[in-house]
Amino acid sequence: MSEITYREACREAIRDALKRDPRVFLMGEDVGHYGGCYAVSKGLLDEFGPERIRDTPLSESGFTGLGIGAAMNGMRPIVEIMTVNFALLALDQIVNNAATIRHMSGGQFGVPLVIRMATGAGRQLAAQHSHSLEGWFAHIPGLKILAPATLEDARGMLWTALEDPDPVLIFEHVMLYGVAGTLAADAGPVPIDKAAVRRPGKDVSLITYGGSLPKALKAAEALAAEKIEAEVIDLRTLRPLDDATIMASLAKTRRAVIVDEDWRSGSLSAEISARIMEQAFWNLDAPVARVCSAEVPIPYPRHLEEAALPQVPAIVAAAKQVVG
Amino acid sequence: MSEAKLHLTRDTLLGLLHQMTRVRRFEEKCDELYQVEKIRGFLHLAIGEEAISTAVMAALTAEDAVVATYREHGHALVRGVPMRAVMAEMYGKQEGVSRGRGGSMHLFSAAHRFYGGYAIVGGGLPLAGGLALADKMQHKSCVTACFFGEGAAAEGEFHETMNLAALWKLPILFVCENNLYAMGTRLDFSESQTDIHAKAQSYRMASESVDGMDVVAVDAAASRALAAIRAGDGPQFLECKTYRFRAHSMFDPQLYRTKAEVEEWKTRDPIPRLANWMREAGMLHDRDAEKIEAEVTAEVDDAVAFAEAGAWEPVETLTRDVTAEAAP
Ligand SMILES: Cc1ncc(C[n+]2csc(CCOP(=O)(O)OP(=O)(O)O)c2C)c(N)n1
Repeated sequence: MSEITYREACREAIRDALKRDPRVFLMGEDVGHYGGCYAVSKGLLDEFGPERIRDTPLSESGFTGLGIGAAMNGMRPIVEIMTVNFALLALDQIVNNAATIRHMSGGQFGVPLVIRMATGAGRQLAAQHSHSLEGWFAHIPGLKILAPATLEDARGMLWTALEDPDPVLIFEHVMLYGVAGTLAADAGPVPIDKAAVRRPGKDVSLITYGGSLPKALKAAEALAAEKIEAEVIDLRTLRPLDDATIMASLAKTRRAVIVDEDWRSGSLSAEISARIMEQAFWNLDAPVARVCSAEVPIPYPRHLEEAALPQVPAIVAAAKQVVG
Repeated sequence: MSEAKLHLTRDTLLGLLHQMTRVRRFEEKCDELYQVEKIRGFLHLAIGEEAISTAVMAALTAEDAVVATYREHGHALVRGVPMRAVMAEMYGKQEGVSRGRGGSMHLFSAAHRFYGGYAIVGGGLPLAGGLALADKMQHKSCVTACFFGEGAAAEGEFHETMNLAALWKLPILFVCENNLYAMGTRLDFSESQTDIHAKAQSYRMASESVDGMDVVAVDAAASRALAAIRAGDGPQFLECKTYRFRAHSMFDPQLYRTKAEVEEWKTRDPIPRLANWMREAGMLHDRDAEKIEAEVTAEVDDAVAFAEAGAWEPVETLTRDVTAEAAP
């Protein structure tokens, strides 16, 4: 066991991948000399050199496209986009190219590309740096969307993603980078096709992922003090969704609260809710509840940012309401 | 210093010195306030780069429009946005110029045709082109001044806007504040052509490169460019070579450059540079310099007091200003 932060776990994963496979390289803005905008890649330039730790110009569409081409032609690039807000400049490449090429080419070409990016709010970075847009990407067939919320997943998902023959996007929540904990010395690749039950319970299922997982776990703790046993499900993979784990939990708890830092309208939480209606309606004892961000661009002042985001008391209140 | 200075009056020069000092002291205060957590989030200081915003704003008229980046405190202040409202915005108070919602990176003031600070690199350029297009279509004689860093020159939006602006002869002044680094990426690590103003020429846009540490040189170049735009010559491009003395934002160990390099650039600091030149020319005396410092200190203190006394917007109105109150 070793004491490690989420950031370091991400770095270990990249280092491990670079060592395992000479085709792997990291490319993105300020990943090299600056050390990574969230310091994930700090030190890697010295260790692996500028061929494999490539600083790019401010050209999100350009270098993401280069990543796609390199992936189609024998390499295994890891593209880092600073935050999901900047990934919007690369949407064309991700949605129109990476996601479609296998299909359009009748299966002749694949894009084994991994794109990592930060997501989420909590650092008072206002409305152009704080949004949780992973749900948008989860809308797109052809992509796989991961949201590591634990040290094990931060360490383990990358390699599995690199082995995947299709484009995989990994969303790292900015409030998780500093989270510290222990990680087994032999921690390594983990599956990326299953949700995980992070805390078992029988009264209500809290369904969440990424930066909201710690909040859901805290809420479950608070609920336990009131004799409500919440089961916390960490989706881990947002596309494809692991319906089976969700429905198995609901068969037991009969109540669901979905916690997502994205807005609720037209969202992943709406999708999950719809799937529950389709697959578990007759198991439910209460309507599905959602705790999402307020429908407002994330504001700068701390008190308004906090008010805009899902918080533990709101999760507790929603859970109590569905439990009745 | 440049010859152009000879044509400038003492009052004009004192004005430029005053503005640069205001911006410098304001940002130094912001740095202090950040350390005590009054200001949060990102805070991008333009310390060292003040000559550019100061000179270009001086050359603009009140009818002209301005688009800037997240490093825009100076641009807003020199444009005339009251320091009180800017400081309150830095705090996130509702008396702020963007009602607190934007913070340091998103200063907006309609009254000053200050169309905002944008935090997506390159994101302000197409929008600035649109402002200029609208002015042109409405036969207005205004110009849009669009500020951005050299990092933006790598973005597609930069090239798309340059092309459109040149193609449609839009009344826009592109001002590239080339401080050599985009965060930690040095220009020659990110550009095949490091001569930024040459890029404008590839769009057949008139362009000039100027010493951005010399407020008078920037003033002269901006005035020339604006005169050409107003004469109907289409967009103009001004590359101002400058340097950021501080970190990119607040958390930056600056692994990508040496202390010696920073110190070397500090010897070209635009504020002492102008002051020393004015002193030698007999245009600045101790009492003038003291007066400027005293006025600026009072203004900054007043702005801080105003921001301190400001109110936090009640949480009940969290979702206001997402769409217009009454839909048309
Ligand atoms: C599209 C986009 N990509 C990345 C970033 C992160 N970022 C913020 S500022 C910056 C450097 C920009 O450098 P430059 O344009 O030269 O302006 P400067 O900060 O030097 O004033 C980067 C990479 C961003 N804000 N937007």
